[in-house]
Amino acid sequence: MKKMPRWADVALIPILNLLIAFIISGLVLLAIGKDPWAALGTMIDGSFGSSRGVGYTLYYTTNFIFTGLAMGIASHARMFNIGGEGQAALGGLGVALILLAVPWPHWTLALPAAILFGGLFGAAWAFIPAYLQAKRGSHIVITTIMFNFIAASLMGYLLTGVLKVPGKMAAETAKFPEGAHLPTFHEMLAPFGIEFSKHAPANLSFLVALLCLYVFWILVWRTRLGYNIRAFGESESAAVYAGINPAKIIIITMLISGAFAGLMAINNVMGEAERLIHNAVEGAGFIGIAVALMGRNHPIGIFLAALLFGFLWQGGAELQFEHQIPREMVTVIQALVILLTGALDNMVRRPVEKLFIMRYKAKGL
Amino acid sequence: MATATETGRQETAALASPAPAIELRGISKAFGPVQANKDISIRVEKGTVHGIIGENGAGKSTLMSILYGFYKADAGEIFIGGKETLIPDSQAAISAGIGMVFQHFKLVENFTVLENVVLGAEEGFRLTPSLRKARKLLTELAAEYELNVDPDALIEDLSVGHRQRVEILKALYRKADILILDEPTGVLTPAEADHLFRILEGLRDAGKTIILITHKLREIMDITDTVSVMRRGEMTATVKTSETSPEHLAELMVGRKVLLRVDKKPAQLGKEILKVENLRVVDEQGVERLKGIGFNIRAGEILGIAGVSGNGQSELLEVLGGYAEATGKVSLHGEELDLSGAESDAQSRRLKGIAHVPEDRHEEGLILNFHAWENMVFGYQNDPKYNKNKILMDNKAIWDETQAKMDRFDVRPPNPRLNAANFSGGNQQKIVLAREIERNPELLLIGQPTRGVDIGAIEFIHQQIVELRDQGKAILLVSVELEEVLSLADRIVVMFDGQIMGERLSSETDERELGMLMAGMKQGADA
Amino acid sequence: MTLMKTILGATATLALSAGAVLADPAIVFDLGGKFDKSFNEAAYNGAERWASETGGSYDEFELSADAQREQVLRRFAEGGNNPIVMAGFSFASALETVAADFPDTKFVIIDMVVDAPNVRSIVFDEHTGSYLVGVMAAMASESGTVSFVGGMDIPLISKFACGYAQGVKDTNPDANVIVNMTGTTPSAWNDPVKGSELTRGQISQGSDVVFAAAGGTGLGVLQTAKDEGILAIGVDSNQNHLQPGSVLTSMVKRVDNAVYESFTAGEGVEPGFAAMGLANEGVGPAFDDSNAPLVTDEMKAAVEEAKAKIIAGDIVVHDYMSDESCPSL
Repeated sequence: MKKMPRWADVALIPILNLLIAFIISGLVLLAIGKDPWAALGTMIDGSFGSSRGVGYTLYYTTNFIFTGLAMGIASHARMFNIGGEGQAALGGLGVALILLAVPWPHWTLALPAAILFGGLFGAAWAFIPAYLQAKRGSHIVITTIMFNFIAASLMGYLLTGVLKVPGKMAAETAKFPEGAHLPTFHEMLAPFGIEFSKHAPANLSFLVALLCLYVFWILVWRTRLGYNIRAFGESESAAVYAGINPAKIIIITMLISGAFAGLMAINNVMGEAERLIHNAVEGAGFIGIAVALMGRNHPIGIFLAALLFGFLWQGGAELQFEHQIPREMVTVIQALVILLTGALDNMVRRPVEKLFIMRYKAKGL
Repeated sequence: MATATETGRQETAALASPAPAIELRGISKAFGPVQANKDISIRVEKGTVHGIIGENGAGKSTLMSILYGFYKADAGEIFIGGKETLIPDSQAAISAGIGMVFQHFKLVENFTVLENVVLGAEEGFRLTPSLRKARKLLTELAAEYELNVDPDALIEDLSVGHRQRVEILKALYRKADILILDEPTGVLTPAEADHLFRILEGLRDAGKTIILITHKLREIMDITDTVSVMRRGEMTATVKTSETSPEHLAELMVGRKVLLRVDKKPAQLGKEILKVENLRVVDEQGVERLKGIGFNIRAGEILGIAGVSGNGQSELLEVLGGYAEATGKVSLHGEELDLSGAESDAQSRRLKGIAHVPEDRHEEGLILNFHAWENMVFGYQNDPKYNKNKILMDNKAIWDETQAKMDRFDVRPPNPRLNAANFSGGNQQKIVLAREIERNPELLLIGQPTRGVDIGAIEFIHQQIVELRDQGKAILLVSVELEEVLSLADRIVVMFDGQIMGERLSSETDERELGMLMAGMKQGADA
Repeated sequence: MTLMKTILGATATLALSAGAVLADPAIVFDLGGKFDKSFNEAAYNGAERWASETGGSYDEFELSADAQREQVLRRFAEGGNNPIVMAGFSFASALETVAADFPDTKFVIIDMVVDAPNVRSIVFDEHTGSYLVGVMAAMASESGTVSFVGGMDIPLISKFACGYAQGVKDTNPDANVIVNMTGTTPSAWNDPVKGSELTRGQISQGSDVVFAAAGGTGLGVLQTAKDEGILAIGVDSNQNHLQPGSVLTSMVKRVDNAVYESFTAGEGVEPGFAAMGLANEGVGPAFDDSNAPLVTDEMKAAVEEAKAKIIAGDIVVHDYMSDESCPSL
């Protein structure tokens, strides 16, 4: 049965969702006595109007791309990996350990090692829930949530214990060696004569994230493994018929998912903080769920959704600066977008589908 | 003037015969661009059994769902007992005296029969009075219509036939005068079906009106008084059953003449391909599903497995297909297969030349949300010719092959990019068949080859199976359609309760004998 | 088009007004938020007190991401805010970079030392204040066992615990001090139930005075002390009034004063290191009507004597953070 053209599904509906979210947010702003148009202007100008704004926006975007990919690959196998938060935290641990263990001479050497360790640690953290799901039937949603808590406790323990710098108050590791410093956009673009703000956290990891988007696409739609993952996600019984081993697919998919989440650490831990701090993930693991949902588990969609959330994060901070809008209100606006684009998707989808069906009828199709 | 006379005549007619139990006028219903029901008008007389026959997707179920309040018609009126009635939901249908027995029963497994009958129709706060009333009614009905079921038995302990009776009792407890049965015999043995028909006859004689939805011509001929034929959302004819023939009905359903028997040459038997000995399967609940069965298939032979569904046929296919654990011995070309249920075995079976068209193409044979071209290699995705290297698939090769196969099997529309879900049942089955048969297997396992397939495609599918046999391949055919097994198979094995009840050459047996075996009555059949 | 114009118009107006910001002071709160019932809130109260007393206005920002630290400092500095006060030790590394880029702007960091010519670092002598409440605890205890409930297990809290233990032991060498930390994550700052459990456990070991240095967790400690009929000691702000009659005293840490004074000094805030200790009333036990019936004259005299000796250097209270060890425990 023909429902809607594809462009409506992938573009029109998310845009409508966004519009509604912005309208409601505007009403919220009006209610607290702020000018919504000015606020929107601030958000846009603050996140895209200057190279520093762009630098922050893309920094957040990079985080969300990684966690969105983590959620996306799991979704293709119809698994709801809520553990991105914990996996990204462990990825941070892996990155921190390898960067602190070796006096890295140059980032070109440090980055591959960080990618390897971040991915490995993230994957390892996803492995236990995956194994429990595959072999014992423990529900992945429950176990991954639990593992977020375990990860938070473990990180707390390590960062207040063995990894902490003696005499320092903050629950954080020592700073990574100079040689582990990833080029920021400023440093990357200067040789080309492009002046990019020195003070924005966006760094080389953004390019790694873009590369990962491409790898994701190849993996899902061009490889046999992706074929098996998608087949398993669509129908487990059919996968079994075809000789696809469900336990193996669950575990492999979750390992990849955890690795993507763990890779986020090269951005926030290696690229930005240059040391491992407590609660470094700051909810990006959960935002990944919304990003993947909104991006329909497709790399282009994930990129756009991640960019949108990057804009919301950076623009939200600008609202605090320029309009003294309380942090909580900014969170409300961000939550509205997540709610409307993710959870309440059907609210808009149904009427739009009806409209299209009516149009088909009118055309006598 | 002529009009006045006409009107007068109609009124006289209306006076002469009582108002029909149900009359539908100009019912139309569309789902998006699909017109499921197109201007349908039908009269169902009181105290008759009215059959509605049509291919899958002809719109029978949609029409009945409108009558039962599940869907709202886009246009048209419903008259119950001569009065126009609005049926916005099933509650309204029940109060209008309509009862429905679904294909998939809606019973609470761990409730007793009595509790299920009363469920949703309890009177008052306390349950006991309702239960007492229902018990009395059940006793009466059992005596009157052979509707005997133990009121205190748990549903989960009942056979399928008994469960169906509980559904009928539920409708009668709600004072239904009009009973709609949707494909009621699909899950029954011939004996159970006969029993059901006796019940229905009794109800009809007591003045109830019965609408029977089916695609089986034999049932229509056996029990209905009137039959309406649907095709592509339209009501093509309503005829008295006594005045029609199966051939005529089939033609009305399909819109052209149909070969009901399969034309095939005598089998040229070759050497033994498959040998099954003492095969046992125990399911996760510890129930023995296959109780030590054995048979063989030779090259150039179609072995049919007859039986009511759920008697071990599915397990047999799963074991041979390589994705269920079993004990015993299965050999292909004399080489023993590993039955440990190792999860990669479905792959190794394919490599050994066993192709498998599964019983349920939606759950197993296809990924409905995959494109046709992706489905065309499903199960064979590891074949080097579909892969560029160890990691990347060769989508171009798959695409080209899909186009060729779609041409050869006349899949419509021949568009490899369409999702499997968007093909009709027959064309979906052709995709699966094209994939499996074109592998040129030594042994083809095929389950329910024509379930949910339109009559036009059935012919084609049967031809393909016979052709494969004539190429000297071995075929294991599992079907719950006795007619299909009889006409296709060279040799028939009947399964009941995980055992083989008997083996017959199809040329030397008939439906009656097989029906007895399917019901587990060995002596009766042998006698 | 009109929409775009409106947006652009709004942005232009903003840009203009942004340039016109005067030298208002600014304060940045840490991730806990300004209503954390503890440190940030104390800082917020100081800022509010300054605003209401002087009629001045200030800018504020609550962090929602760690990456914002440098961003917000830079934004405030560019916007002309002066001085810029930040509440919390976590700002240190961000401040080091930003302070160098804005030599004409004054920064104030609380609870941490950052060595730069335009930065004022304010730290508190929590150990000496804790020593004094330890003296009181030892005198109030009848069982000879007193206890300590810390929030998150970080050196700062051990600094409290260690000073407290030394105060107790110096007053009653036979006394027993039980120390428990609520947890290792920031949630340990806000877990009154766990605080209550720990307190009960300590009571069963004989403790009859409990010192809570645990943020929101401390509220559970104070409640349980009241319920079980023992004495409690509050922390950070004056918590004597929370459970009158069972809070012996509070080890106040005048973060609000630090903010207030920085705001009052304005651009003239003096860079360098400032210790808020006993001498300048930065820390110490709180005495008010709520705890007057519990405090004996001997206690007051002992506290005054110890305080004088510490200021004079006759008593050296060990600072846990100097070597991450505690001789008294």
